[in-house]
Amino acid sequence: MTPSSTEKGILRYSTFSRLNHWVIAITFVCLVLSGLAFFHPFFFDLTALFGGPTMTRILHPFIGVVMAVCFLVMAIRFFKVNLFKRHDIEWMKHIGDVLSNRDELAPPIGINNPGQKLVYWLMVMSVPLLLITGIVIWRPYFADNFPREWLRVSSLVHAYIAFVAIVTLIIHVYSAIWVKGSFRAMTQGRVSRAWAKHHHRLWYDEIVEQERQEKAGNGSRTGAVNEHHMPTKGTS
Amino acid sequence: MRGDQINLQNIVARSATTEPSPHVREGGVEKVAKLIDVSRCIGCKACQVACSEWNDLRDEIGHCDGSYNNPADLSPETFQLMRFNEYVNEDGNLEWLIRKDNCMHCAEPGCLKACPAPGAIVQYANGIVDFNSEHCIGCGYCVSGCPFNIPRISKKDQKAYKCTLCSDRVYHGLEPACAKSCPTGAIMFGTKEDMTEHALMRVGQLNDRGYANAGLYDPPGVGGTHVMYVLQHADKPEIYSNLPRDPQISPLVDLWKGITKPIMSAMIGLTALAGFAHYVMKGPKEEPEETPDEDIRREARKEDRL
Repeated sequence: MTPSSTEKGILRYSTFSRLNHWVIAITFVCLVLSGLAFFHPFFFDLTALFGGPTMTRILHPFIGVVMAVCFLVMAIRFFKVNLFKRHDIEWMKHIGDVLSNRDELAPPIGINNPGQKLVYWLMVMSVPLLLITGIVIWRPYFADNFPREWLRVSSLVHAYIAFVAIVTLIIHVYSAIWVKGSFRAMTQGRVSRAWAKHHHRLWYDEIVEQERQEKAGNGSRTGAVNEHHMPTKGTS
Repeated sequence: MRGDQINLQNIVARSATTEPSPHVREGGVEKVAKLIDVSRCIGCKACQVACSEWNDLRDEIGHCDGSYNNPADLSPETFQLMRFNEYVNEDGNLEWLIRKDNCMHCAEPGCLKACPAPGAIVQYANGIVDFNSEHCIGCGYCVSGCPFNIPRISKKDQKAYKCTLCSDRVYHGLEPACAKSCPTGAIMFGTKEDMTEHALMRVGQLNDRGYANAGLYDPPGVGGTHVMYVLQHADKPEIYSNLPRDPQISPLVDLWKGITKPIMSAMIGLTALAGFAHYVMKGPKEEPEETPDEDIRREARKEDRL
């Protein structure tokens, strides 16, 4: 390892995670834009982005399936790191400090902060509901097989959950703009050591501990530590 | 009858349109209505044939479902059909109740409320609710919106179809094809006022003949309809092949398409604005200074020497 590669930072998201994330991100934005077109007449002209109103109606569900499949993969891989821990509750009590950029007052947390975990769980609840209700109202393939009351419930739930998901998405995107140094994690995969130490102290400590143990071992490296390969103390 | 000319100012309501439609001329056009007197219907299906003929519809030959219903259900090629019900009344006598089922042309149409495509469903000043296939995107929301289960989506072109109340004929001062074809006068067409008056006269006659519960079906839950029935048993509309007792736009559709959508739309915009405001007020979390642990530096230098 050279000093330059050391200082390049810590691998936070593997290449697969990043690619998968961006497929989800792009399809999700397409779904938001095409879905909003049918959400309220105010947004109807967004159909122009998708080849016209009827083409938008045709494309939206297919994009949705791509998103849902990729999201399922991501949800499974990111499951463990998004379980709420005791220290997350303490952190949440300091959400005002975090929002005011007084991070030093918030307790240390692991690889994901509770806000990130909340985004994860909101999406884990939203996407399956959107998929199921979307399939029920999907024409011309499925809708005719369901009673009209189901179509009504599904349309309603689809619209409301989409609202929740869109608001969640906006918060998610804004957080990446707000917290400098985090966007790089999803483009290049790595965060700086200082970033990791500052924002995810417990995760950083685990990384450092693992690196120390790897060095202490017989020199055989297990490779990069990433988000779904949580280092466990005492094993190497 | 006035109001029969094709005039775009006669479109008084339009789907997926939040701005008001033209209303300046309102009052100059009389509301129309088709009155279906079930007590006079003999089930000859001349109206079905006339409908297919005028609208140039040829549905596929279906299968007998054990009743006189033929075809068995409405379809994109069947805008109307006679629904036959063999009803045993309180005296144990059989009554053959035949209801001509088609779009009711609600004054407050659920289809129009549910439709997301601007102008795909319109309501004319004379009360006719029409589908403008030019703007129909085939989403099927009208199916969810309708309290009468009328619109059907075509497998051929993925567009929604239903009875137009022969809006093209009415424009030119003609009565709908079904009304013209009816040999017993069970289907009549005129102004809503005249039809209501005539219906009440018929109800009186039926009362005299012993149908104490005869009545006019013009359900207020959808603001009244521009297709009305005279029923021998208006107290039991369900016996007429499930004619809804108190049809209303489903509360689910109201929740889905009502005030919540503009509110949610605004909240989406406000969420984005709130983020921007936060950035301006509090600023970003700047990337912390890179101060790698000294022991890691030392390790790295050691490694480089190897």
